[in-house]
Amino acid sequence: MIQAALNIVGWVGLVGGGAFVIVGALGLVRLPDVYSRMHAAGITDTMGAWLMLVGMMAQSPDWLTAVKLFLIIVLIFFTSPTSTYALANAAYGGGVKPVGRDEEGASSNS
Amino acid sequence: MMFAAGTAAIVVAMLLALVRAFLGPSLYDRVLAVNSFGTKTVLMIAVLGFLAGRPDFLDIALLYALINFIGIIAVLKFFRYGDLGRAGPKAAEEEIK
Repeated sequence: MIQAALNIVGWVGLVGGGAFVIVGALGLVRLPDVYSRMHAAGITDTMGAWLMLVGMMAQSPDWLTAVKLFLIIVLIFFTSPTSTYALANAAYGGGVKPVGRDEEGASSNS
Repeated sequence: MMFAAGTAAIVVAMLLALVRAFLGPSLYDRVLAVNSFGTKTVLMIAVLGFLAGRPDFLDIALLYALINFIGIIAVLKFFRYGDLGRAGPKAAEEEIK
């Protein structure tokens, strides 16, 4: 019974996580400017990574593997926003202006 | 079998991240794409560790996530202040004046 539940969690986690990773990557390609693409990359880092890692935790053979996966989750939880913030700070400092509603098309003018 | 599905999804996402890395008009698009690619590599190593039945791959994934973060911050600092030698923003302000 438990094994069936773990398998379901594993399947939902991995396939759902994979879907979010692809959605994040699609957003990374299609969105108009750097700042909105950061949002798309954030989708991959948060929902995609968490679902996949939780799915793997459900499938992990022993406790040590589950703890390692949890550590990876915690690590991504802290480093992803920090690096995105540093990137936004550097981009804004580098002169990249976000796309306003009036102008269209690629706006990264640096 | 589920791990194969996860791996396929990550490979597709990696290709899309590479597309953004090549297309990216500004430097910051490329840094963003490389950062996203690094996170996907972490997930890929973890999934392949499960696929190959080797749970010790997760140490590599953990380490890769750390190094990816540090690499991104180093690149950003280099392009923000011109070189990595400066101690920090205060030192940069004096030198810029």
